[in-house]
Amino acid sequence: MTTWDILLWVAFPYVAMAVFVVGHILRYRFDQFGWTSRSSQTYENRLLRWGSPMFHYGILMVFGGHVVGLLVPKEWLEFVGVTEHWYHLGATWLGSVAALLTIAGIVLLMIRRRLTPRVMLATTVMDKTMYALLAAVIVFGTVATVMYQVLGAGYEYRGTISPWIRGLLIGQPDPSLMANVPFFFQLHVLSATTLFLLWPFTRLVHVFSAPLGYLWRPYIVYRSRDARNVGTGSRKPRRGWEKSERPTPDRERVPR
Amino acid sequence: MRVMAQMSMIMNLDKCIGCHTCSVTCKQVWTNRTGVEYVWFNNVETRPGVGYPRRYEDQEKWKGGWARNKRGRLSLRGGGRLKKLMNIFNNPDLPGIDDYYEPWTYDYDMLTKAPQSTQSPVARPKSLLTGKNMDIGWSGNWDDNLGGSQETAAEDPILATMSEHVKMEFEETFMFYLPRICEHCLNPSCVAACPSGAMYKREEDGIVLVDEDGCRGWRMCVSACPYKKVYFNHKTGKAEKCTLCYPLIEQGKPTICSETCVGRLRYLGLMLYDADAVLAAASIENDHDLLEAQRGVFLDPHDPAVIAAAKANGIADDWILAAQNSPIYKMISEYKIALPLHPEYRTMPMVWYIPPLSPVVDVIKSTGSDGEDARTLFAAIDKLRIPVEYLAGLFTAGDVVPIEASLRKLAAMRSYMRDINLGSEPDEAIAASVGMTGTEMQAMYRLLAIAKYEDRYVIPQAHLETARELEELACSLDTDGGPGMGGPGEARGPYAKTPGMPLNSTVDNYNEMRGENHMGGEKTKPTTPGRLNLLNWTGGAVPPGMFPPKDSGAPA
Repeated sequence: MTTWDILLWVAFPYVAMAVFVVGHILRYRFDQFGWTSRSSQTYENRLLRWGSPMFHYGILMVFGGHVVGLLVPKEWLEFVGVTEHWYHLGATWLGSVAALLTIAGIVLLMIRRRLTPRVMLATTVMDKTMYALLAAVIVFGTVATVMYQVLGAGYEYRGTISPWIRGLLIGQPDPSLMANVPFFFQLHVLSATTLFLLWPFTRLVHVFSAPLGYLWRPYIVYRSRDARNVGTGSRKPRRGWEKSERPTPDRERVPR
Repeated sequence: MRVMAQMSMIMNLDKCIGCHTCSVTCKQVWTNRTGVEYVWFNNVETRPGVGYPRRYEDQEKWKGGWARNKRGRLSLRGGGRLKKLMNIFNNPDLPGIDDYYEPWTYDYDMLTKAPQSTQSPVARPKSLLTGKNMDIGWSGNWDDNLGGSQETAAEDPILATMSEHVKMEFEETFMFYLPRICEHCLNPSCVAACPSGAMYKREEDGIVLVDEDGCRGWRMCVSACPYKKVYFNHKTGKAEKCTLCYPLIEQGKPTICSETCVGRLRYLGLMLYDADAVLAAASIENDHDLLEAQRGVFLDPHDPAVIAAAKANGIADDWILAAQNSPIYKMISEYKIALPLHPEYRTMPMVWYIPPLSPVVDVIKSTGSDGEDARTLFAAIDKLRIPVEYLAGLFTAGDVVPIEASLRKLAAMRSYMRDINLGSEPDEAIAASVGMTGTEMQAMYRLLAIAKYEDRYVIPQAHLETARELEELACSLDTDGGPGMGGPGEARGPYAKTPGMPLNSTVDNYNEMRGENHMGGEKTKPTTPGRLNLLNWTGGAVPPGMFPPKDSGAPA
């Protein structure tokens, strides 16, 4: 285990995790106005109509696959009856469908972004960085899977990468698990970690505002103006930003 | 009964001259920013015409508003909650920016900086989306005054629903203007469609607003609004809409579109309504019954039971008084001359219109008949099916009966008042023929034709005492013994020092700053004429008199 291993597989992921969590909290507190997907649908919809749902549904499936493959221990799956064989079948077939959807979607979206002048001009430097990283993560992940799983003999990542990630999450990192992982899996992991590092500062924050509460709330929302004046918008004022008010002499007399 | 107050507007279409002053002042106040160049919170359409955005009234295409389903319940025409979430990655009913128009500017620089040449320089139109040269082919008001309507008017969704063929030949057609703002509906489909819950109806005055911090840019409100009065800011990625100029309304002042209306055709006032009755009224089966159903939701502000219920629901006395004096209540519920725009969308809109009699009068005049004679006018209203049917398509879901009733009242008023103006005896039979008395006729005339400022705008000020008045905060030093003692707080006549009394702080502060307070602002006057009392400086821009004149030799 070298210093590099510790830097890459312990220090870097923890830095990314810290930035990810703290970054989101700070952005939510100080930049709710910037918290949006910044849709470009009004500019162009012919390509977006296909590209956006394909990419989004695909990436949601990919996310689900990663949760099952990385966070759920192999033994737990086997306990509920998912054997190695069935896991492999599911991961290969569902994973392929998800990958196809995601890749086709993101290719369509990137072509659209580049070739539609209106959309291209509304693209920021951060957008481009994010697109490049996201594409890199997807490409490396796909290349690794195709090379080692589909064409190759199959790599048992549930014995190395998965326990490494779970170790990171529970505070017992073991960099040695990652030292001998195939090269493209390593690239995939590192590019994903970089993406997490940048995540809170990109438009990807919209992932965390999936409006599931809409399913249960009443249709018509009423709000009081008085409530608004207590803070700004619908939020409570930030600490230190409360509106100034006259001291109440009575308050001094309240028994503590 | 849950009594709520709604700030509402009525526009008297007979008086609209289509000058677009309302649109322009609204734009200057609210949408002169990048990202909303194409947005008009207020726009004026020529009807017949396709409107803005193009064909917005075609709900088969745009899926705005509510629809009544087989079980008699309301559901969003664009699909319910689950469908909205499934479509969140791509809104299938969203108008593109080209359905409004591609915003542009002109290359004005060329006019002054072009090198010498044989041709005079031109300022070419440049797209505000791409920066490239563009050919302007459509805008928010392209068919103004029926310009080009021979080509486009066939696309008017209302004309398509009419049984009679409408010729668009210039000599035979009719025309009027329709100014539009957000309807601030009682049953707003935009609010219902917002997945983030960032859109809301204000409890106090019913104004529908977008919480810009909470908006996540899902754009469902844009497609759910059947009037297409919620817009997507393509720069910030957030929804924006008409605010009914709530900062002005809260101070008891009319909206900017009303204030600057040249024809003085806008009215603002409160309506009290029963919030518990809204859903049932909006769910009524027959489209033609929706007008009467909505009228039924409104409450009589003079009824003691209503007053008691309003007080119980926290509505202040001065608001109840304002509701009693509301011009809106008079025109909707007493005279019944105002009608809602597209009640069939079932959103219970709260910007109503007095339909224009002018298309009818114009035809009579063009035939050489007397355009102010009651019998001629009544006969014409019965006979001129095309304008009446068209108006019904706009205001009553196609039912001509309320349109005729409203137009007959306007015609009767016209004739009745002509007799008075000419010095002859008023003919009470004219008033009686539309079920009104002469006194009512004259009161209606005063409200519609004289239209004094204080009659048009009956706007109670907002009560902010429960949440620390903003204006007071601007002068937090004006406490007893404080350094600003004797500032604006002192100068407010009988209401001085009453906490929470509404005040027009901006004007006061401005006058104070310039030492021009005529209401006993002696103590705050600057010691040197022409100079500024720094205690009254609010920060920001440097006002005149802040520094001494350069050559005065006075110490700075």
